[in-house]
Amino acid sequence: MTGMNPHRPIRISINALGGQGGGVLADWIVDLAEHAGYVAQATSVPGVAQRTGATVYYLELCPAAEDGREPVLALMPIPGDVDLVIASELMEAGRAIARGLVTPDRTVLVASSQRVMAISEKSEMADGEMPASKVVAAAQAASKRLVLADLHALAERNGSVISAALFGAVAGADALPFSREDFEAAIRRGGVGVEASLRAFCAAYDLAKSGVVAVPVAPTAVAQPPVRTASELRQRIAHILPEPAWAYAGLGVDRCLDYQDRAYAALYLDRLAAVAQVDEQFGGDQFDWRLTAAAARYLALWMTYEDVIRVADLKTRASRFSRVRAEVRATEGQIVDVAEFMHPRFEEVCDTLPDAIGRGLKESGHARRLFARFFDQGRQVSTSKLGGFLLLFGLARLRGLRLISHRHRSETEHIEAWLASAINAARNNYDLGVEIIALQRLVKGYGETHERGLRGYGAILQTLRPLIERPDAAAVARTLTQAALKDDSGRLLAREIAAVGGPSMIELAAQ
Amino acid sequence: MAERSFAREVETLRAGEGEIFRGEGILAVAKALLQSGVAYVGGYQGAPISHLMDVFSDAQGILGELGVHFEQSASEAAAAAMLAASVNYPLRGAVTWKSTVGTNVASDALANIASGGVKGGALVIVGEDYGEGSSIMQERSHAFAMKSQIWLLDPRPNLQSIVDMVEHGFALSEASNTPVMLELRIRACHLHGHFAAKDNRPSPLSLRQAMENPTRDAARIVLPPMNFDHEREKIDHRWPAAVDYIKRHKLNELMEPTSGRYADLGIVVQGGMYNTLMRALELLDLADGYGRADIPLYVLNVAYPLIDDELTAFCAGKRAVMMVEEGQPEYIEQALHAVLRRADLQTKVVGKDVLPRAGEYTGQVLKDGVEEFLVGYAGRNRSARQPAPPLSLADVPARPPGFCTGCPERPVFTAMKLVEKELGPFHVSCDIGCHLFSILPPFNIGNTTMGYGLGWSGAAAFNVPDSNRRTISVMGDGGFWHNGLTSGVGGAVFNKNDNVLVIIDNGYSAATGGQDILSSRPGNVSRSTDHTIEAAVRGVGVEWVRTIRTYDLGLMRKTLKEALTTKTKGPKVIVAQAECMLNRQRREKPLFTAAVKAGKRVVRQRFGVDEDVCTGDHSCIRLSGCPSLTTKPNMDPLREDPVAHVNNDCVGCGVCGEVAHAAVLCPSFYRADILFNPTQWDQTWMKLRQGMIGALQGWADRRRLARAA
Repeated sequence: MTGMNPHRPIRISINALGGQGGGVLADWIVDLAEHAGYVAQATSVPGVAQRTGATVYYLELCPAAEDGREPVLALMPIPGDVDLVIASELMEAGRAIARGLVTPDRTVLVASSQRVMAISEKSEMADGEMPASKVVAAAQAASKRLVLADLHALAERNGSVISAALFGAVAGADALPFSREDFEAAIRRGGVGVEASLRAFCAAYDLAKSGVVAVPVAPTAVAQPPVRTASELRQRIAHILPEPAWAYAGLGVDRCLDYQDRAYAALYLDRLAAVAQVDEQFGGDQFDWRLTAAAARYLALWMTYEDVIRVADLKTRASRFSRVRAEVRATEGQIVDVAEFMHPRFEEVCDTLPDAIGRGLKESGHARRLFARFFDQGRQVSTSKLGGFLLLFGLARLRGLRLISHRHRSETEHIEAWLASAINAARNNYDLGVEIIALQRLVKGYGETHERGLRGYGAILQTLRPLIERPDAAAVARTLTQAALKDDSGRLLAREIAAVGGPSMIELAAQ
Repeated sequence: MAERSFAREVETLRAGEGEIFRGEGILAVAKALLQSGVAYVGGYQGAPISHLMDVFSDAQGILGELGVHFEQSASEAAAAAMLAASVNYPLRGAVTWKSTVGTNVASDALANIASGGVKGGALVIVGEDYGEGSSIMQERSHAFAMKSQIWLLDPRPNLQSIVDMVEHGFALSEASNTPVMLELRIRACHLHGHFAAKDNRPSPLSLRQAMENPTRDAARIVLPPMNFDHEREKIDHRWPAAVDYIKRHKLNELMEPTSGRYADLGIVVQGGMYNTLMRALELLDLADGYGRADIPLYVLNVAYPLIDDELTAFCAGKRAVMMVEEGQPEYIEQALHAVLRRADLQTKVVGKDVLPRAGEYTGQVLKDGVEEFLVGYAGRNRSARQPAPPLSLADVPARPPGFCTGCPERPVFTAMKLVEKELGPFHVSCDIGCHLFSILPPFNIGNTTMGYGLGWSGAAAFNVPDSNRRTISVMGDGGFWHNGLTSGVGGAVFNKNDNVLVIIDNGYSAATGGQDILSSRPGNVSRSTDHTIEAAVRGVGVEWVRTIRTYDLGLMRKTLKEALTTKTKGPKVIVAQAECMLNRQRREKPLFTAAVKAGKRVVRQRFGVDEDVCTGDHSCIRLSGCPSLTTKPNMDPLREDPVAHVNNDCVGCGVCGEVAHAAVLCPSFYRADILFNPTQWDQTWMKLRQGMIGALQGWADRRRLARAA
């Protein structure tokens, strides 16, 4: 074509989630451009995506032609042809990149780094989160210029919403040929929440101006060496355990102390010491002592199983009260009433009672019929009120009776059998032993969730038992664990178990 | 009241001659109708034209001033039937709906009006829900135009062209005594742009004048022998009249090339695809940004009927023309072949051989297609492909639509999931509406959906008296009033159905943007609302009816179980009631903020999860899927799975607590009642409580520290 378009329209794609104010942002940009004498066209494909799905707004801004001719503007972005991509969430930035909308020759990418978990990510039984690092690296590689920071948090700090922060970041990134004043005037003309929007705008503007790419680092908990632990227990850790287990062992001792008492923490170390001893026999030093290290972690978790006493204790602590206040954003001195949603069942009551009584009651159909109806409803307990607080506070004080409880008895049996299985497996197949230790991950939660976890754990353990000799047994264990964590109906696990020739679920249930 | 308010924007509808109108496509259409002297408008909401209904609704003041009647039709069929006012009288009328689904519903009335013909201009504005963002089966409205001989306008997607075509549409309709359909694609409906306004004008004949001076013409009624005459009339008179009008007013545009480089080639394009084609040409260096191209273009702002001699004139002397026609079957391309064959022209027609046979024609698709055309017919070299992006779509999670934060429909499906756990799986027949999100994660409930209001009819075959299972059907209140009351409930009563229907009564046609319906809350001044679903259901003969609050998960579960297992024979209907949270928040949030400001004692409720109690199994999320119930990293270094977390968007609907109770999940959930503007008594009492609780907590903390010392 002779005489290419002297006024190439600026192409802008806004990639947002339904309800994040992508439309407001588009309106501001249109208003900004029209007031600067540009021809502005904006369009979107909301549809059902308005309800939590991904939405795309597409805008083109073109300086008015001197001869008054109307530009022909496009209604959708073409890969490789977008000047500015604004993404309100990290994975939406990723989606724009994957669709080819962000290219190093022309695209300024302004993105907020916060995560809004998709349903597939958050409904996993374990950790289903998509890795952010891959998207961040791609954003750096694919864009001509990148502004990436948690603009959602920035907006919240300024009492506003993300659209205002994104608008500020666009201005600060010099991504559009308009002055800061033009941007601010558009917010003022919008007339809704002007002051708060301007505050967020300014903060984001400064952030983008500073040219900082704030690469998001997910807050990860790192295993720290023990700090609070009683000194003689700490010394014992160094004495009896190989170094790779120290960090978890320190945390484990802390946890047992917090959960029960010093003797219980000592029991934890005794059990670990026994594992370390056999680990040495199995040549643990050639395996980085993974068996002991894993045991340090998972034994601590199993020994501090979640019972009524533990929950009551955690719920009534002063630190928990302040955490709740912070989480619901209560202001200084504001009154916050807290109602706990508890559903203790007949089983939980039996669990808490001394073993002989608890087991007797649990096995007695008569008692179950008599008492169970008192426990078929959930209860709301208000821990901010005296009655509710004293109830839970009192339950927490049953700690002294925990070690004679029915629940403790059964957990102890489980723990000992589990450790024995792991050691037995590790003797022939070190990796399998480690995997068996890690099966504890399945046994978590409360009520039916806990029962389901225990069922899956038991089934896997039983399946693995005859496989000890197989060189790929550890891989089988991992596959089965993943299957248990993938589908809470247990069907996938049953299929995988059948695939390795394990017992059927019916056989398992019969045992 | 709808989800989006156009109260401010509708003022722009008053713009007059000489003013530049700036706004959304849908507003431009409304303005064009007023400029055309329309007497009545109506329709049924649905993306992408929901907002047109909302604009009419918010513009009732202006419509009233111009004497325009606005009908919120009960269905698309009702809307199409309303066009009957243009049969006997020179009244202009326009109706709108989502297509093709709405056109399916409307086609009985449409076929009748197309057969008898019209005197006043009758315009159907269809939102063509095709391609990205669409929520329906991918079909074309084009087929309806062809089968009933309704003229189909497909304007270039800029506001001036759209407005011009609305005005021409009425004139064309009157010139050819035929209803006209104007097709707007999704993006065109939501398009912000500008056009030169004209004055609004009232209808020369008012509805009142027409109604008070009735005239009739039996020849317009579809009954033998007139129906046979109608068919001949279409062919002998209306069609030629339309062709004549279209040619005379140059509704289709011939765009001469800027150079002779490709004069022996050409592109025929649907008006609606014009902008995308022009951008593709620009990127191939074949056009500037102002509509001048190197290749001759013939733009079909009228997609049906085709103007044979314009087509043959365009193609004559050309080696090949490319047909850019989105969707399938490729009716225009087929017709083009026939036209050229009859004219004995040897011009090659290129179309679906270089363009995909199915799917949306995006800029990239057209760019590739045009390039392929030129590679074949002008010896052009293929350009280098873009390097692959450094990320693939597999690296980011899919984002299916789902229930909003606090949605009252969620607990209905949670209850179903819990009942299924107890009684085993059921056949579930779904309907159209937000509730159809149940088929997606995390609920994964539902077997089929057969159309709006057809949830119960979709399970009609499973009327098996000797089975001990029952089916569950779902219907929204929108679909219920649209036709579900008669087709589903009436049909079930008449056929002695023994199954279960759950009607989701959230007070609005929620999925389409929260428009009011018969059973909406009282308070709509221009409509009569507050007619209960239970009364209607009982009215057609259902005896087993329960109306319950959706948020009461325990009761919902119990009622569902009862309906599925009761010995009582006959249809069973559960009306699951609670207001759409999106609309409720929109109404109540400002009131709450005002109350806080005014110093009134108010409580805000929200939920939370204790991160040290949560073990990261996420059962709660699988049974709820609330956007505000999400996950966050586990701060406990011994644990590895993320914990559940309630973010600050929580509206305190209480479902997560109810789920934790009903499903016996875990004790991690708490509800916080945050008090604003406490009384003196509140404060004194709090201090007292806090003093005592604090003392006990201090004692416990000291003991715990002592254990670790």
